[in-house]
Amino acid sequence: MKILVVDDSSTMRRIIKNTLVRIGYDDIVEAEHGVDALSKLDGVGMVLTDWNMPVMDGLTLVNSIRSNDQYKTVPIIMVTTEAAKEEIVVAIKAGVNDYIIKPFNQNTLQEKISKILGG
Amino acid sequence: MKAEYINPFIESTINALKTMAMVSPKREKLQVKKDGESAMYDISGIIGLAGGVVGSVVLSFPKETAMKIVASFIGEDVPDVNKDVLDAIGELTNIVAGSAKKIFYEQGHHFKISLPNVVYGKDHKINRARDVPCISVTFSSDAGPFAIEVSLKEVQ
Ligand SMILES: [Mg+2]
Repeated sequence: MKILVVDDSSTMRRIIKNTLVRIGYDDIVEAEHGVDALSKLDGVGMVLTDWNMPVMDGLTLVNSIRSNDQYKTVPIIMVTTEAAKEEIVVAIKAGVNDYIIKPFNQNTLQEKISKILGG
Repeated sequence: MKAEYINPFIESTINALKTMAMVSPKREKLQVKKDGESAMYDISGIIGLAGGVVGSVVLSFPKETAMKIVASFIGEDVPDVNKDVLDAIGELTNIVAGSAKKIFYEQGHHFKISLPNVVYGKDHKINRARDVPCISVTFSSDAGPFAIEVSLKEVQ
């Protein structure tokens, strides 16, 4: 399965990618922001996205993905420093399936990804 | 700037480094800065805060400390201060600002954080608004010393 990792930080993309490879997913596409991600959605089975990014932020990206019939049900995990309850609610309402708060422990990341992909 | 406003940043810095880089920093000196200019270590990550409070947060590291922290953060050797190191310091600053933002949110202060900027250069200085009070805190850690600087003002 192809997984799209969206974050403006190359470090964060690398950490997420290493975790995915460790749990057995190595077909990974990277994007630096929402607009970049929208052009790379073809054939993607899951999206992990940051919230705060230049050009197009993660919330706008989630809204765009969900308004496209083809990607209505693709699982989206938001990986962000935005940790206030009110913000998590906004993201869930927009259609995010799970939420990981930075700083995260790499085991937590691994568990959440495995949970979504396994179930 | 109320002294207690620095605490969410201290707490977030310690937590971010522990969780993501397995480095345990110890708080050292806390100092109120008067002038509008700060001398920094070699690499600084800067994020602006705007909303119910305005200001900025800076995380500043000597080159050696930054390289050790980033190596542990990404789980790979870091041979030099390359663009990965600068990116990682920016992301670390983002994580600290975001975690502090959440603590403020729960206390009723709402603000937004900017995208991070990173400055690299020996003895660089950072200018900040003179009318915004500033507190600096130094830390020691197994990766070496570093500092944070927080300028913050409530908007009436
Ligand atoms: Mg980001």
